[in-house]
Amino acid sequence: MMDTKTNIQNNTEMTPVISLKGVNKWYGDFQALSNIDLEIKLKEKIVICGPSGSGKSTLIRCINRLEAHQEGKIHVSGIELHERMKDIDIVRQDIGMVFQNFNLFPHLTVLENCMAGPNWVRGIEKNEAKERAIAMLEQVKIPEQADKYPDQLSGGQQQRVAIARSLCMQPKVMLFDEPTSALDPEMVSEVLDTMIELANSGMTMICVTHEMGFARQVADRIVFMADGEIVEQNTPEEFFNNPQHDRTKVFLDQILK
Amino acid sequence: MFVDTVIEDKALHKPVFLIGLSVTVLAIFFALNFTNTLFGEFLRPVIGDPTESGFFGRLAVSLVLTIIFVLNLLAISFTRLKVQILIVWVELLLLFLAFAYSFDLKMSFIQSRIPLMISRGLFTTIYISAISIVIATVIAVIGAIAKLSNNGFAYAISSFYTSLFRGLPLLLQLFLIYKGLPQLGFMVDAVPAAITALSLCYGAYMTEIFRAGIQSIPKGQWEASRALGFKFNLILRKIILPQAIPIIIPPTGNQFIAMLKDSSLASVLGVWELMYLARTLGQRDFRHMEMLLTAAMIYWALTIVLEVIQARIEKKYKQKS
Repeated sequence: MMDTKTNIQNNTEMTPVISLKGVNKWYGDFQALSNIDLEIKLKEKIVICGPSGSGKSTLIRCINRLEAHQEGKIHVSGIELHERMKDIDIVRQDIGMVFQNFNLFPHLTVLENCMAGPNWVRGIEKNEAKERAIAMLEQVKIPEQADKYPDQLSGGQQQRVAIARSLCMQPKVMLFDEPTSALDPEMVSEVLDTMIELANSGMTMICVTHEMGFARQVADRIVFMADGEIVEQNTPEEFFNNPQHDRTKVFLDQILK
Repeated sequence: MFVDTVIEDKALHKPVFLIGLSVTVLAIFFALNFTNTLFGEFLRPVIGDPTESGFFGRLAVSLVLTIIFVLNLLAISFTRLKVQILIVWVELLLLFLAFAYSFDLKMSFIQSRIPLMISRGLFTTIYISAISIVIATVIAVIGAIAKLSNNGFAYAISSFYTSLFRGLPLLLQLFLIYKGLPQLGFMVDAVPAAITALSLCYGAYMTEIFRAGIQSIPKGQWEASRALGFKFNLILRKIILPQAIPIIIPPTGNQFIAMLKDSSLASVLGVWELMYLARTLGQRDFRHMEMLLTAAMIYWALTIVLEVIQARIEKKYKQKS
């Protein structure tokens, strides 16, 4: 069997894979996102940072519609996300997501975790799904853990499995929601190394993270958020050396101390 | 459960507690007065004729019993935990048997009736319970999913159902079905009526158990599944239920055990199950206790079998995860 059916049309380098225009979101009276405008092109690597409660996670959770936005438009590869859409699952299959708490399926082995998506929803035969899962586990450097259950692994290993699980779906875009925040310090680098490798392979990535070293090394653009707004966005060099906004300066002072 | 690593002194080994316990036990034995029982006979060499021994005899009997009781406790307290549990179990069982024996049972009567009780009564009880358990489980799965759905009709129907059938006594439901349906032109036999009532009632309880079990699975499991593009049914079947089942098993086992015994209510409809036979077989000869105690032991044995099965299944799921 050839490659999986491609659900989202291929983009040229120029048109954005993801675009948000005038996006607003409220939780009750609290405005979580206000007037978000953001475009992400194919193969672009974006790091979103900002103080806690600034809406970073909410923003990326809106991109695969784990959260609903109330105003504005979000397009993923030309498909608009809205509450009455019929094909959200098809859009989601092309967007990989890595969570802070891994969210691996504890009753399935590492290999089964990775095979589940391709086998159950992409319609790929078991053998092929297995081959692909093993290949992805090799990519994140834990093929030897394939037959273990998630809670037998360390946090860093679990997060790498979670990345492999997403990659098995051969997504167009990867979303990372604070992927290293729940890890013990000594395990952060193994996950970041995996992400850097993935970035170098040309994956389109949107990462919410506090790892500024990673941002500096990998990001094409850093987006800084506060109070639900995008305060400024810039190349890493400009962002770190020449921050424009006072809030950015304060944030950088605190985080780079 | 967490067992603390610091061991406290055993209460039994503290003199104050031991004396207090002895005095209390002595008072109880004295109040209950065992002088005219087997124990009095044993002490005949000391107290003379038990019936005429008076205060001294009564005190002597109570004192001897208290000493036996307290020494027994002390002896047990020095053994290992598992041995303690075993000895206490055996002693309580012997006490229960002694209690049953004190009714002056006619064993030959029990022996002559037991074949019918097992071939007819036990069989019918198991038959009714097993079918009801299967139907109730199916109802529970459907009811729980309906209660968790966004569909207004599904939620309303299932919550009305659980409210109604948890709100009525099972006996009343049994009569409503058995006496009510024929008036509407649907003839129901006693056994199908009993199965219907048991299934509906326990289906309602188990709906709540299944719902709670499903809801106890972390939201992150749903989110990760949704992010992979899984649809609701797939998530439920492959991700949520396999994780919820180990949580659901212990309370469901309880329900099975309760249902097994509530099947005895079918006796009021004249179904020849254990309870009905226990009541009727002894009636003619005024041998009620023989039959009731026999039925009691059969129910108890059945329950123990269910408990063992439940423990096995729990163990199996524990190994898996």
